[in-house]
Amino acid sequence: MSAVAPRRGFEAAERRLAWSLVAPALGVILLVALFPLGWTVWESLHVHDLRMPWRGKPFAGLDNYVAMASDGRFWASMGHTFFFTAASVGLELLLGLFLAMAMNQAFRGRGLVRAAVLVPWAIPTVVSALLWRFLFDAEAGIANAVLLDVGLIEEPIVWFIRASTAWVPVILADVWKTTPFVALLLLAGLQNIDESLHEAASVDGANAWQRFRHITLPLLKPAILVVLIFRTLDAFRVFDLIYVLTGGGPGTSTEPISLYAFNALLQNLQFGYGSALSVVVFATTFAIAVLYIKGLGMDLGEGPR
Amino acid sequence: MRGFSRYAAGTALAILLVATAFPFWWALVASVSPEATLFERPSLWPREIVLEHYRALFDVRDFWIPIRNSLVVAGTTTVFCVVVGAFAAYAIARLRFRGKALILGFILAVTMFPQISIVSPLYLLLRTLGLINSYPGLVLPYLTFAMPLTVWLLVTFFRQLPGDLEEAALVDGASRWQAFTKVMLPLAAPGVATTGILTFIYSWNEFLFALSFTLGPERQTVPVAIALFRGQYQVPWGQIMAAAIVATFPVAALVLAFQRRIVQGLTAGAVKG
Repeated sequence: MSAVAPRRGFEAAERRLAWSLVAPALGVILLVALFPLGWTVWESLHVHDLRMPWRGKPFAGLDNYVAMASDGRFWASMGHTFFFTAASVGLELLLGLFLAMAMNQAFRGRGLVRAAVLVPWAIPTVVSALLWRFLFDAEAGIANAVLLDVGLIEEPIVWFIRASTAWVPVILADVWKTTPFVALLLLAGLQNIDESLHEAASVDGANAWQRFRHITLPLLKPAILVVLIFRTLDAFRVFDLIYVLTGGGPGTSTEPISLYAFNALLQNLQFGYGSALSVVVFATTFAIAVLYIKGLGMDLGEGPR
Repeated sequence: MRGFSRYAAGTALAILLVATAFPFWWALVASVSPEATLFERPSLWPREIVLEHYRALFDVRDFWIPIRNSLVVAGTTTVFCVVVGAFAAYAIARLRFRGKALILGFILAVTMFPQISIVSPLYLLLRTLGLINSYPGLVLPYLTFAMPLTVWLLVTFFRQLPGDLEEAALVDGASRWQAFTKVMLPLAAPGVATTGILTFIYSWNEFLFALSFTLGPERQTVPVAIALFRGQYQVPWGQIMAAAIVATFPVAALVLAFQRRIVQGLTAGAVKG
């Protein structure tokens, strides 16, 4: 009893200290992130048009969500978002894996490569979007000049006049900006793989493909999953890139869901409907995360080690 | 992996370097070329070097205003988050209490929040408080992504520190508080600095909130100012590329100076080592 009491006191003191240290940061997050999220859901249950303040903010139940079901622009924007996510994340993963393996070969100048690939990742997305809009400009862009020179096209392409061609610079810009991040995460995963496994497999007569397929890939799975979840969630909420590159156009033919929600909120000032769209973005993101974590057996809850 | 010859790997990386650098080089060339030559046959080297775009950027467009705004907003956000976040991260990484796995999971979940999902209430809130188009009206929303990011990164760094020194201090009669401020913080300084740099970069680059909660040039941040560049008759590519170079410079300098640490911070938080 007497031996236990001071120990208990120490633990209680530690617990108190811990909570008082965590409280400010946790309070900030609850206040600026969780509370507004609840507010968005609440807004989405109302008709709230800031252009017509005299109408007030009548409660509308699920009317906004019902309206969404028959809103062609909503379904189209969801389609664009899924298309963009699948195309960009797929390319980034393949290219990133290839680059990570190249970087993993010990060679001189690795530091230089590592530094160089960080720069596109670190610059504002708006800037990378502008760089690529310039490269694909119909008149001043180099993409047309090169394609004309090579003889692939006879007339300059006006890239941003049709959705089918506008997606090309959009996806290339995203691949250019985020593949470095993917490659760095995968490289960290590769460096954790014990070299002796490969040596043993070689001795046993496994060829390069077999070693990749049966050693590298399974051991890299956790890193690949982490990359997939981060990149998918990031790509799904794409906004800056498309806002600058196409503005969602021509018309609304490349508009992602985040941009549609933004336009509903801050262009049309329909806060009820815009909030409902925002809730859908959140819910879909959440569903994707749950799918990855449950479906693919990922364990993020333990936190970093 | 071994099958990949060293030569092929080197070639792949050389191509990567060129592909990475080319858009920047192209922007740099455009930013120092006379406007008229931009629409002539493209050339890899500037035919003639002029500084008219940079001059116009600062003299006519007052580009120093968005730079100042970005520095104030990103700087304030970073300092606030690192100070408040360091306490929380220390507790989560080092102290024993129930519910910390839950807290950490919650914090990670918040870092994945789509920003658009809270634009409407933040707009209404800032409007009510009269904070639209003000510095606090940007810093407050920025905390939503910067605070959880800071805590998450710092937890990673604090966990990597050896526990012995702290234990020794405790045995020698130091309080938990003293162990934290006198032993852990100095040891963690590099990690804290890296976290600060990453938080600053994320805040410097942020676009959606800055676009939503500012009204005019006097409080616009760099990304918003550049995205909304308009010319009278045609797209002012020379000036836009000059602005792109100016906006890239601070983050590129930070990244190149601290690349080793940044890679550590980015990968340690995501991949279990």
